[in-house]
Amino acid sequence: MKPSVRTRLYRQSMPWLLTAVLLLCWQIVSATSDISHAIFPSPAEVLGAFDRYGSAIADHAFHTVVTSLIGFFLALAAGIVIGLAIGASPFIYSGVYPLLVAFNAIPKVALLPLFVLWCGIGVLPAVLTAFSLAFFPIVVNVATGLATIEPEMEDVMRALGARRDEILIKVGIPRSLPYLFAALKVAITLAFVGSVISETVASNEGIGVLMMAASSRFDVALVFAGLIVIAALAVAAYGVCGLVERRMAHWAFRARGG
Amino acid sequence: MNLRLGSVQQPVKRELQADARPFINLNSVTLAYDSDDGILTLDGVSMAIGRGEFVAVVGPSGCGKSTLMKLVTGLLPPTSGDITVDDKIVHGPIKGVGMAFQNATLMPWRTTLKNVLLPLEIVQPFKRERRKKRAAHHARAQAMLEAVGLGAFGAKFPWQLSGGMQQRANLCRALVHEPELLMLDEPFAALDAFTREELWGVMQGLWLQRRFSAILVTHDLREAVYLADRVFVMSKKPARIILERKIPLPRPRTVEGSFAPEFVDIVHELRGKIGEART
Repeated sequence: MKPSVRTRLYRQSMPWLLTAVLLLCWQIVSATSDISHAIFPSPAEVLGAFDRYGSAIADHAFHTVVTSLIGFFLALAAGIVIGLAIGASPFIYSGVYPLLVAFNAIPKVALLPLFVLWCGIGVLPAVLTAFSLAFFPIVVNVATGLATIEPEMEDVMRALGARRDEILIKVGIPRSLPYLFAALKVAITLAFVGSVISETVASNEGIGVLMMAASSRFDVALVFAGLIVIAALAVAAYGVCGLVERRMAHWAFRARGG
Repeated sequence: MNLRLGSVQQPVKRELQADARPFINLNSVTLAYDSDDGILTLDGVSMAIGRGEFVAVVGPSGCGKSTLMKLVTGLLPPTSGDITVDDKIVHGPIKGVGMAFQNATLMPWRTTLKNVLLPLEIVQPFKRERRKKRAAHHARAQAMLEAVGLGAFGAKFPWQLSGGMQQRANLCRALVHEPELLMLDEPFAALDAFTREELWGVMQGLWLQRRFSAILVTHDLREAVYLADRVFVMSKKPARIILERKIPLPRPRTVEGSFAPEFVDIVHELRGKIGEART
């Protein structure tokens, strides 16, 4: 095996290794300490919960994934449009940006009662919460990508006689793509956070509902199972975004030899 | 790498026009970036540049040479005075000028060939015909790359090329649409001495072939004397033109020739003048 291949293998196995070590520590702590398993179950018990409630967990997880993705794609569309507008025009920037910061500072949990009042209980408030969390990083990054175009690049374009929209299409958008994809990785995980928060308060389906129901029955193993499912889903979605990023903006990875 | 300069015929028609009215005319141009503080960057600069002429502007650093470029291309309006290009007063950015900066500013998401094609997607009439004449445009960009010795690198991305190669590609992009005017803002300043001298030859070859008008801003006096028909020396801020020097050396000029006494004398003369300007 070539050394470079071996190094890569080691690197790729690191997260799995670390996870295994953490699980082992967890198992040892719960086996040796006298904390009640009713409030701190062992990994084996959590595994048992997966076994017993497998199909229910799958149903709820699917629901959470769908809500999160709807919220995420809405945030993506709105984020790109508003981000481009903010980045392209100093006027829109100075008008909209402070409002965006103000909106982002509001804890989204505080908005939930409003969403429920307006849309009732179910998918809609979850989508809205996911959207409101995922939206901000996308807007900010797209705007940053546009606003940091090298002035020389713009001079070259203007001296050729390019119109503003041509500069936007040929320079602005390609340049902000790596920024956009970096934002997507953050946004997709935030979308999961948003939909689960909403589900714990106002829904009949989803991982959040499952966890609330489990905790009210003191089935702590199932609560842990829910947490693990959310984490795994978010990591998977993050990975997909990373793959898309590498394909679409490969040129931005040159420093890392991609 | 070197172009076969000996075989290049100088186009007769353009040669005749060169003596006619100036292609670019600056008439006591003044510029203050901030009109309130009254600090002038340029103070009453007048220049006349013929069609097909290659001029260089040298001066102490920070004297406003780059500002001059922006004024001529209309990217910046003068505070007073006026600028005409091709008998038309410059108001906004004039179209279809080729530009090359010290930083190659190639787009990292485009291959080198696609970078060279960029002007053909923007400048008329190429833009109109770009679907119909796609193959012809590609051939033209490829020919440009071959002229500077980058024929085999069209499919590479700019960040896979060395600094000198990037700057060659940059020159290709600046010239592919056959602009009548080329603006060079220290395009070779970031390169090592050998690559720089090699690119002087490339630049001269392209100019002898196409005879566009060119304005070169540079710190390097040898570069100015090597490339230009006339050299303008600017004073420190507020910048004025303190010397205009014709370079009567025959073309094509060579790096070897830049060590000949008549070449060195001119460089000395310019150097002395800049020394005065700095004090």
